[in-house]
Amino acid sequence: MLLSLMIFVPLLGMIVVLLLPRESEELIKRVTLAFTLIPLILAVYLYITHNQPDLEHLWKQNVPWIATFNIQYHVGIDGLSAILILLTALLGPICVLASWRNIEKGIKAYMALFLLLETGMLGFFAALDLFLFFVFFELTLLPMYFLIGVWGGPRREYAAIKFFLYTLFGSVLMLVAIIAVYLNSNVINGIAAEARTFDIPTLIERAATEGHALANGTFQMWVFLGFFIGFAVKVPIFPFHTWLPDAHVEAPTAISVILAGVLLKMGTYGLVRINMDMLPEGMAFFTNGAGFWGNSLALLGFINIVYGSFCALAQTDFKKLVAYSSIGHMGFVILGLAAGNEVGVTGAILQMFNHGVISAMLFLLVGVLYDRAHHREINGFGGLGNRMPIYTGITTLAFMASLGLPGLSGFIGEAFSLLGAYERFPTLAILSTIGIVVGAAYFLWTLQRVFLGTLNPKYEALPEINRREILTLVPLGILTIVLGIWPHFAIEMFSESVVELTTKIMGTLQANL
Amino acid sequence: MDYLENIESLAYFSPEILLVVFAAAVIILDLVVKNRESEKVAYLALVGLGCSLVAIIITHSALGTNESKNLFWGMIRLDGFAVFFKILLLLATAATILFSIRSEELDVRLKGEYYALLLAVTFGMFLMASATNLLMIFIALETVSLTSYILAGFLTHSPRSSEAAFKYITYGAVASGTMLFGLSLIFGMVGTGDLTTIGQQLPVVLASGEVTALGVLIAITFILAGIGYKIASVPFHMWSPDVYEGAPIPITAFLSVASKAAGFALFLRFFFSGFGNSEVMQSIDLGLLLAIVSALTMTIGNLAALPQQNVKRLLAYSSIAHGGYLLMGAVLLTNGDAAIVNKGIGAIIFYLIVYFFMNLGAFYVVVLIANEAGTEMIEGYRGLSSRAPLVAGAMAIFLFSLTGIPFLAGFFGKWVLFTAVIEGNLYWLAFVGLLNSVVSLYYYARIVKAMYLESAEDTESFSFSKGTFALLTVFVVPTLLIGLLNIFYSLSEKITLQ
Repeated sequence: MLLSLMIFVPLLGMIVVLLLPRESEELIKRVTLAFTLIPLILAVYLYITHNQPDLEHLWKQNVPWIATFNIQYHVGIDGLSAILILLTALLGPICVLASWRNIEKGIKAYMALFLLLETGMLGFFAALDLFLFFVFFELTLLPMYFLIGVWGGPRREYAAIKFFLYTLFGSVLMLVAIIAVYLNSNVINGIAAEARTFDIPTLIERAATEGHALANGTFQMWVFLGFFIGFAVKVPIFPFHTWLPDAHVEAPTAISVILAGVLLKMGTYGLVRINMDMLPEGMAFFTNGAGFWGNSLALLGFINIVYGSFCALAQTDFKKLVAYSSIGHMGFVILGLAAGNEVGVTGAILQMFNHGVISAMLFLLVGVLYDRAHHREINGFGGLGNRMPIYTGITTLAFMASLGLPGLSGFIGEAFSLLGAYERFPTLAILSTIGIVVGAAYFLWTLQRVFLGTLNPKYEALPEINRREILTLVPLGILTIVLGIWPHFAIEMFSESVVELTTKIMGTLQANL
Repeated sequence: MDYLENIESLAYFSPEILLVVFAAAVIILDLVVKNRESEKVAYLALVGLGCSLVAIIITHSALGTNESKNLFWGMIRLDGFAVFFKILLLLATAATILFSIRSEELDVRLKGEYYALLLAVTFGMFLMASATNLLMIFIALETVSLTSYILAGFLTHSPRSSEAAFKYITYGAVASGTMLFGLSLIFGMVGTGDLTTIGQQLPVVLASGEVTALGVLIAITFILAGIGYKIASVPFHMWSPDVYEGAPIPITAFLSVASKAAGFALFLRFFFSGFGNSEVMQSIDLGLLLAIVSALTMTIGNLAALPQQNVKRLLAYSSIAHGGYLLMGAVLLTNGDAAIVNKGIGAIIFYLIVYFFMNLGAFYVVVLIANEAGTEMIEGYRGLSSRAPLVAGAMAIFLFSLTGIPFLAGFFGKWVLFTAVIEGNLYWLAFVGLLNSVVSLYYYARIVKAMYLESAEDTESFSFSKGTFALLTVFVVPTLLIGLLNIFYSLSEKITLQ
């Protein structure tokens, strides 16, 4: 019940916002904030109580929905989805605060769409029915299209439609895979034995049953590909990444935060939930380390890391730099997942959460600067360190966390991913460290160009970061420090699920060797 | 097979009779009414549709579920399938009349004939949905075609409209001539016009070697020309963009929904009853032909829609594409497995319900914008989100539903279709269909872009009456909800052919 409440409270908020008069902008903002705080409160409650088994029933629900196709409204939480729901719920109010002043027109529609987006994201992470999972996945497209397209920068129309088309292309391939899974979900040894189902836990169980159509290696390989392309567009994995820099540069600050913080994780979450957990045979085919296909997933992770980092190095637009650095950092997630062992997957999931927090900070910081200077050209600044000391301090923290300084959260995830990958793909893991070096290079270089040196006389009157902006950054900053020192706070949430998952993956790999 | 004789049949024929009676009454009332601005005739036509609807329901309940009656010595059949299509077509006509009342482009002096013709075309479509004899099929098709020609050319002051009517006639004449030839070939092969008997005799004559499979394939291809013209499938689609663009908008809406639905009703019944025998289907390999036609129809429709600037024409191409999606379901008729055949029919029926609401809704917005902005071009939609936020919102819902974005009805329609197609092992066709959905997003989104992302030079807001919003709601609510409720899925599953 609580979980459904959490998912649909933002939707309720959307209806409330739509009923408010257009003129009362302050009221609209406060109502939206209130409706995004409720999921956050519930998420905190979830975090505090997640160790109490007697409360588990609060966090799941299963009711029939479309009986003809045996579709259910089935939501539930395990360690992995819980941590991403926590991230989503945390970024919700932060994004509303970040939109407080810099959305000039149509604040009502903006907030309504934002709330719809939040419902889509929370629902996606909680869905345990494949059909519902897809519906929530796609539900995020529409609000995102409008949020980028209406409130974005100068090339917003192009960026919005590109984002929409790319994701839709990926998701139709996923749809074919879903239908294929559904149609084969009842076939054992060539005979239709049970009712067809979309229920993810049931499908996972059936896919592990000897003789079941879902357990067939070739079938899993093809279905894996269908799902993979759908998620790869979202992550984004090279070569499906080109929408990302466009979307990020044009999107308003808060939407960039959501995009980098949550939407990209939808792709990697899907990879874990569906591709790894449901299709271990397919996973084994692409990660068994033999030949081209056996290395392909790890290779894609490596390409993302190195390619994203070098692209970031070449950028002069602050926001584009952060966008490309996102591509690089998501590469570590892919690499960790490709490793498939406990260390690697733990690192990957940790990296998902940490990247969500850190990239959110980075985009917020870029937004702060852009709101003041109205441009993002890195070379156009200089010496801001004297003018805006607090801002400089927070930015340095975010940069250091992002480049992987030990003691801050970014380090742990990347280190674990690389450790895990080293066990399985030593060459690629070693080569991937290039990404870390380049990452340090572009962040430090940016730090130097923006904050050190002589102050550009144009910006002598640039106001310091204000209290509202600090309020959005502080919780994220604290998280990066706390999780950097004691990552166990996060790891203990999902360690059980990870052990279970990696045992299965490694078992399948062993059997295939 | 037992047939009802003519007099007995009349009771079951009452919905059609009522339509004819009211068509005559509309003309008479039009002569009597002095005030040329009066909407009385339109309301009388609506009353006629209402009476006919009641008659449909009464005859259906007298029939009992899963029963069927062969009327007029087997000329037409009354079954659940026919009843479903009659109700759908009747509602489409009702919507068209309501659009017409609000449309400002229609010439008021011609109103009586206009509504009488709409009732007449509905009558013809009722016959299309229930005809089971080759002769009846042809008569039904011609009744619909002839009345449609006049309706398409109803804007007498507009050369575009006259051109549309002329093109429609030219294409129509060729198509129906070709079809008639095909029908006569079939008649020659089996010596009967009755579809059920054809279904029984055809395998026999094929097995005996009296006719060859190639001969049957040629006959079917000729017949497909006539049906393909009605549902605007490639390569018989050329007329539709010009006709849709030239015709009055309510008629365009009517043609794109009702005409297409009636065409599919005829198509399904004709092939299911006449050629449903799997031996025949397999010996002539019709499935591949239909699948290619389906793939081409959606692809050409979508690609041609991409550069359109006129929303009416854009929607015309889009409706060609939707005809292609629907044809995917028809391909399943050639499947050997009866369960999959029924899934195909069910998917078409479900998709038609969805398509009815989203497409008519979109055309209604086109009517409204044509009234207020005086244009059908995309420029006219600029800044609509601030000039008429509710109408813009409704249009966005219709367009995204037409694209097939979850949770809107269009997505569920496609979902049902694609699931059926994949179950029939036609993965490649499903892929083509899904890629087409992605392509279609681009042109639907162009209208959304104009409405939301661009601003108009003229920022004066439009005002619409309460009735307008009420009618819009009738289309918006189902577009939002149909897919989320189980009832429509189970309904579409129940309607089968025998």
